[in-house]
Amino acid sequence: MIFTATNVLNLKIISMNKEFVKFDKVDKSYDGKVLVVKDLQLDIAEGEFVTMLGPSGSGKTTCLMMLAGFETPTHGEIYLDGNAISSIPPHKRGIGMVFQNYALFPHMTVYENLAFPLRVRKIPKDEADKKIDKALSMVSLQGFAQRMPGQLSGGQQQRVAVARSLVFDPQLVLMDEPLGALDKNLRESMQYEIKHIHESIGVTVVYVTHDQSEALTMSNRIAVFNDGKVQQLSSPDELYEKPVNSFVAEFIGENNTFAGEVSDISGGKCKVKLANAEIMANPISVKGKGEKTTVSLRPERALINPSDKMDNIHQGKIEEVIYHGDHTRVRINLLGNSEFILKVPNSSSNLDIKLGNEIKIGWNSEDARALDPK
Amino acid sequence: MSSETKQILTTDGIPLEVSLKKAERRNKIKAFLLVAPLLFFIIITYVFPIGDMLMRSVDDKMVTEMLPKTFKAMEKWDGKELPEEEVFAAFHLDFIKLVEEKREGKLSTQLNYTKNGFKSIIKKLRRKSKSFEEGNYKEQIMAVHKRWANVEYWQAIKRRAPAYTGQKYLKGMDMFKNESGEIVSVPEDRRIHRVLWLRTLEIAFFVTVFCFLMAYPIAHLLATLPMKYSNLLMICVLLPFWTSLLVRTASWMILLQQQGLVNDFFVGIGLVADDNRPEMMFNKTGSYVAMTQILLPFMVLPLYSVMKTISPSLMRAGKSLGGTPFVAFWKVYFPLTIPGIGAGCLLVFILAIGYYITPALVGGASGTLISNQIAFHMKSTLDWSFASAMGLMLLTGVLAIYWVYNKLVGIDNIKLG
Repeated sequence: MIFTATNVLNLKIISMNKEFVKFDKVDKSYDGKVLVVKDLQLDIAEGEFVTMLGPSGSGKTTCLMMLAGFETPTHGEIYLDGNAISSIPPHKRGIGMVFQNYALFPHMTVYENLAFPLRVRKIPKDEADKKIDKALSMVSLQGFAQRMPGQLSGGQQQRVAVARSLVFDPQLVLMDEPLGALDKNLRESMQYEIKHIHESIGVTVVYVTHDQSEALTMSNRIAVFNDGKVQQLSSPDELYEKPVNSFVAEFIGENNTFAGEVSDISGGKCKVKLANAEIMANPISVKGKGEKTTVSLRPERALINPSDKMDNIHQGKIEEVIYHGDHTRVRINLLGNSEFILKVPNSSSNLDIKLGNEIKIGWNSEDARALDPK
Repeated sequence: MSSETKQILTTDGIPLEVSLKKAERRNKIKAFLLVAPLLFFIIITYVFPIGDMLMRSVDDKMVTEMLPKTFKAMEKWDGKELPEEEVFAAFHLDFIKLVEEKREGKLSTQLNYTKNGFKSIIKKLRRKSKSFEEGNYKEQIMAVHKRWANVEYWQAIKRRAPAYTGQKYLKGMDMFKNESGEIVSVPEDRRIHRVLWLRTLEIAFFVTVFCFLMAYPIAHLLATLPMKYSNLLMICVLLPFWTSLLVRTASWMILLQQQGLVNDFFVGIGLVADDNRPEMMFNKTGSYVAMTQILLPFMVLPLYSVMKTISPSLMRAGKSLGGTPFVAFWKVYFPLTIPGIGAGCLLVFILAIGYYITPALVGGASGTLISNQIAFHMKSTLDWSFASAMGLMLLTGVLAIYWVYNKLVGIDNIKLG
């Protein structure tokens, strides 16, 4: 067994508090009419990096604000390390937070920004200086202590914000879409940086984003939010490979769907009747005959000119070919779905991919997940 | 090689700088023509009047021109004893001429500003001078009235000799140049201006403080409330702003007078006895209350515009980092509002220091300001040069405050909206 960093971390998590943060039946409503968070049940283990992922308005930021103490739950309780925290004001919770727009104090230098949480905790100056040095070197910003935030680039400001949220050694750090304002390249490098910081100091991180690739890259576990509920809480790979409902399947990664009705279910497989064909699928949330379902299939799991072993082989017509360099996206009209996408890796094998060609497409029924109808 | 780097040429061989200037000239002319009407307007309505005011406040040519021979004769006089016959003769000549031109009244007014008591003796002199015999004017003039034999009156005339004088400024500070040319204060019971200056500063200062104390929470509410409430509140702030100043001042008179609504209310709830109603009008209290209310929007608006730009996540960050709500406010929010505080205080203070109508109406004797005194000299005593001098002193004071503010806070930090 290879002990990668993540594995070591996972082992460490096991030995720690599994319910370090606990949302217990939490409801939240702002106007008394609409619930933005519904009956939320969520446990976060100590040292874990959990991402709350979801479209805007799905309640993820509200959850974070309740955890930070800026919003109070309408019903239910939040526990931090076993203690109910609903009645504790934000400044006594000792939770570090990184805000969407950095929220650096513009009238203070970087040093003063970092010293703020230490000063209010009455930490002696020499000790504070050591902590500040350590925090700044963690985000590789040594030598920037005397700059004003306005003199820093967006990425540097973000690093200062991260350093400030960590400088007073909180056990829990919340990050509210911290990379939203950065450009693509910077965002990616910051993702790795934050991930490495998390791994090296083992702090618990709750991270909110609407960017799925960010969530997949950084997290130990991801909670997918929609409509005020956690749709699925699992590791990135499970989330991608084994979505439990059609919202998650749609939201994470690309997805080909067929809407139909279960016509037979046996031996861990099911037959789904479409408008003019029948396909084999993996029954996930369907129980019996006659149920409506949406079958979800990842584009990379369907192959052109498949081997005969595959239990789904169908003929389709190429409608569009888009060259992407490392791969080619092919849009095919297949079984009445004209939005069926295939990803063909760029290789020297000479496939006959041309507009208007009829080709054979095949996939294993295991990969075609029959989920709830949308 | 160096000449190559010095001058860059366009493709036609014209130096780049020349070519650029040419291209920009048309835009510059256009821009100037656009601002020209305002520029002329400002020159005519602002620069000229202030220049004229400056001239008027130091101009003392009137007396110089009325008594040219006298002052010429006085040049040799040491100013200690009574002057020689020569001076009296010259004075007589000047005076006869003034009487012919019927200007001796103006002379008496002017000389009376310098020293009280000239009016009556000049009147008397006019009557008697018709029957003067030639020669020995000293004796004859001194015989008109005993004050003409008093050296102080001749010294007073001599003090009016220079064409320009700073004495109006001294008078504004309750000081004057005495007979021996020293600058001294007037007797304590006759000092009125110093009290007024101090009172003006005091009222302006406290009105600024009151405005700040009231405007800060209002502006904070305005900046943080949801739109539908903040709009309503904004209208409440601006409504008085749109009402005539006179109407507002008059309504304060209705509210605050002894038989007014506020006093009725106090009596009604038994706070004060009916025969012992406090005076809240026609004194300092009236000035404070009315001016604070009237100047409040000038403090609210700059504060609001600054607070609007402060992200609410900064306060949240302060709290999440462990600062109590007070620490987060004091260390994070408050310093960020300083540009607004500076702008608001400067605006209110400068407006208050020159306030006129309100203190004139509700200030009574103890609540009037220096501007009321200026108006008094403009309208009643017609001593325009003194009014100009005090006006300029006020202007200088305001500029000084502005300068100090610029040194302390920096005028670039001001945000008015």
